[in-house]
Amino acid sequence: MNDSKIPAWVNIIVLPLINILFAFAFSAIIFIAVDVNPIEAAKTMISGALGYQEGIGYTFYYATNFIFTGLAVAVAFSAGLFNIGGEGQAYIGGLGVGLACLGLDHTLPFWAILPITMFASMAFGALWAFIPAYLQAYRGSHIVITTIMFNFIASSLMVYLMVNVLNQKGQMAPVSRVFESAAVLPGFHEIVGWFGLSFSESPMNLSFLIALLCCVLVWLLLWRTRWGYAIRAMGASPSAAEYGGINRKRLIIIVMLISGALSGLLSLNEVQGYGQQLKLGFVAGYGFTGIAVCLIGRNHPFGIILASVLFGILYQGGAELSFDFPNIDREMIQVVQALVVLFSGALSLMLVKPTERLFVYLDAKKKPKNQLAAEA
Amino acid sequence: MSQPHNQQNIALELCGIDKKFGAVHANCNINLKVPASTIHGIIGENGAGKSTLMNIIYGFYIADSGDIKISGKVRKLTSSKEAIRYGIGMVHQHFMLVDNFSVLENVILGAEDGALLKPSLKKARTELERLAKEYRLDVPLDALVEDLPVGLQQRVEILKALYRGAKILILDEPTGVLTPQETDHLFKIFDALRDKGVTILLITHKLREILAATNNVSVMRQGEMVAHRKTAETNKEELAELMVGRKVRLKVEKSVATPENELLSTSKVTYTDEMGVDRLKDVSISIKSGEIVGIAGVSGNGQSELMSVLAGLIKPNSGQVNIGQTCIDSMHPSSAAQMRELGVGHIPEDRLVMGLIKSFSAEESAILGYQNSPTYNGKLLNKPKMINQECARLMEEWDVRPRDPKLRSSLFSGGNQQKLIIGREVDKNPDVLLIGQPTRGVDIGAIELIHKRIIELRDQGKGILLVSVELDEIMALSDRIIVMFDGHIVGEVSAEQANEKILGMMMANIMPDELLTTTQQTTSGEQI
Repeated sequence: MNDSKIPAWVNIIVLPLINILFAFAFSAIIFIAVDVNPIEAAKTMISGALGYQEGIGYTFYYATNFIFTGLAVAVAFSAGLFNIGGEGQAYIGGLGVGLACLGLDHTLPFWAILPITMFASMAFGALWAFIPAYLQAYRGSHIVITTIMFNFIASSLMVYLMVNVLNQKGQMAPVSRVFESAAVLPGFHEIVGWFGLSFSESPMNLSFLIALLCCVLVWLLLWRTRWGYAIRAMGASPSAAEYGGINRKRLIIIVMLISGALSGLLSLNEVQGYGQQLKLGFVAGYGFTGIAVCLIGRNHPFGIILASVLFGILYQGGAELSFDFPNIDREMIQVVQALVVLFSGALSLMLVKPTERLFVYLDAKKKPKNQLAAEA
Repeated sequence: MSQPHNQQNIALELCGIDKKFGAVHANCNINLKVPASTIHGIIGENGAGKSTLMNIIYGFYIADSGDIKISGKVRKLTSSKEAIRYGIGMVHQHFMLVDNFSVLENVILGAEDGALLKPSLKKARTELERLAKEYRLDVPLDALVEDLPVGLQQRVEILKALYRGAKILILDEPTGVLTPQETDHLFKIFDALRDKGVTILLITHKLREILAATNNVSVMRQGEMVAHRKTAETNKEELAELMVGRKVRLKVEKSVATPENELLSTSKVTYTDEMGVDRLKDVSISIKSGEIVGIAGVSGNGQSELMSVLAGLIKPNSGQVNIGQTCIDSMHPSSAAQMRELGVGHIPEDRLVMGLIKSFSAEESAILGYQNSPTYNGKLLNKPKMINQECARLMEEWDVRPRDPKLRSSLFSGGNQQKLIIGREVDKNPDVLLIGQPTRGVDIGAIELIHKRIIELRDQGKGILLVSVELDEIMALSDRIIVMFDGHIVGEVSAEQANEKILGMMMANIMPDELLTTTQQTTSGEQI
């Protein structure tokens, strides 16, 4: 009954905003503690992330990663599965992209390579999610444990491959050769160039549009198909789903394959778009941040886009901030991000009651006035 | 609002208790006087505000306004700890016991005297032995709670409250899990407690119990206290009318059944759960078209498992289920989806756990189990319009209120949720309908409608298996009654033969003499 008290838009829009404002308020205290004017800091952050075209490009380049990993977490979470293996799935997805690019960039044109790399990223990511999914469905191993362990396995596997197999002959660096331009995703500045517009050069690339497309597809899957119905039913009430004839084991596998595939797509942006070569550690925590993005985005594709842009701003604006203010280093930016996660995720329910009360109070205040007006 | 005024002391008095949850006015200006050493019944439909009121008295909720007087003094009860301090004890509908603790350990849990357990246990033992003697509440103190039958577990709960010094005892629907005989015993305990000066508040929706056990009764309806009566001066019909606010027909009218061909049968079905407990032992039943077969028994004696096997939710370890030409056994299990295709509809016992999904909208809950049906789906995407229309139609046919397919399932009242679920299953026109607890937590008005519809379905030639813990319901609807105990079938009685005494004995695994002669010929193999 509780949720019926306040209008839905309060839950969807006002509450997340209040949570974020609280996080910023606490960040301001920290900035003041290190003698930085929080207003100045906020200005630098906003203008660094959104004030000029290259900054915007970086913001959306980061956001692309978060959309993919956020969606991956959201799909699994809708089914009641907590996939925290996005990191490893994206990493292995990158291996798939890298192998496809290295193998094909001399022979095929871009339009033929793109479907193959997309498929490879999804297939490799899905494969990495399949094993934990199988273990959960048929062996009862908890998916949180197995997915997080698979992050480490992915990391070790990639180190082995980059050091021993995929590195270049005669070089110490654990990186592959740079892909030929035929394999590289076109940057956003190039894409708008096709339409006669101009945009500063930035790492933002075609994969951002693919990410948006994925949002639409995930929304359709979850809310407009019978499979999405089954996924949400299992997440909301496993016993009712079983009653409804939904095969739990098979669904766990399918959901995790989709989730892993979405994580894998991240590597389009990182490997085929930005890095243009295979190297170590390119996932850089985006998989874990995806969990926070999904939490703040309330498990909804549209919310995930907004949350991803927010985190894009935090990443890009934070980088500018630590560049401009000597008192602020990268770790402090992480504290700000952590506060956003803390207030929007862990403490997101803390402000529900006060907000509810505020709205009930406002409602009560409004009513007598209306009644008076009606009587008059 | 005339309330019996005695010269006795008033143990508990409520003055103008008011409680709102958002827009819901759960308790509206409640006044109540409970004289000391009496048994006071509080009766009302689900959602009438009984539980809210009791939770206010027990300190779980704080009233928005109004006073609680205990023995004449106004007390602020801000937590259950406070309530216990002022001598209020509560026995919840679902026991709050630790299964693998002994009775003694359960009693002192939360009332230990210090960091060390031994002195507390010792003190508790002598005190409990005294209480047991005084109130005739015999319980083996060193037995593990999980080994005790529910009747005894309930006594542990009562002892727990008394041990904490309760002078006012609140019992919330205490008889839901008891056989009629156990219920009688409980009422005897009530009498003993009352005679020793304990005041008892009995919350129930069963009219029969109010009349059997209480001195005074108060009726709640829609958050208000609508009447106070002396039990001796009222009757079932009056109380029912006060509860619902209009005249109610308590009897179900039905013609004699005309069973025809067999639709579903089981032979020697057994089921052992994951813990290795035998839940079903050689259960053989048969359901014909045009009859209602009732399964009676204290809850937890295999009825749920039998339903689950027939619904395809669990697979039997041995034995067979035959539906038409299809045979289901441990080697050829059937899923819930396949069972639906075979024409078996299932209205689950617990609608909130299985029947619908609380966070889903009504229209989404209204396709649960049929989500893959071509009616609701195109090639890839589903058909939201169709889903909406179908739900609106169901709501119209089954009088589900409010008629809003987009409203969240959890926001409907129990009765309306149940009507939606029954509507969903009946609408698919199954041959066999498994119905579990059709009216649990459902208001009297909806019960009337549901019972009428179940009889109609029977007359249309459906085979119906009815599981209910409400004996009255089983007796009112069934044509044949099968009684289960500890996973096996004790016996079968026809509707004409059945009465509370016979069923009550069978529920305790005793074959009544009047049945022995007739049933021995038919089911001699199953006699114990």
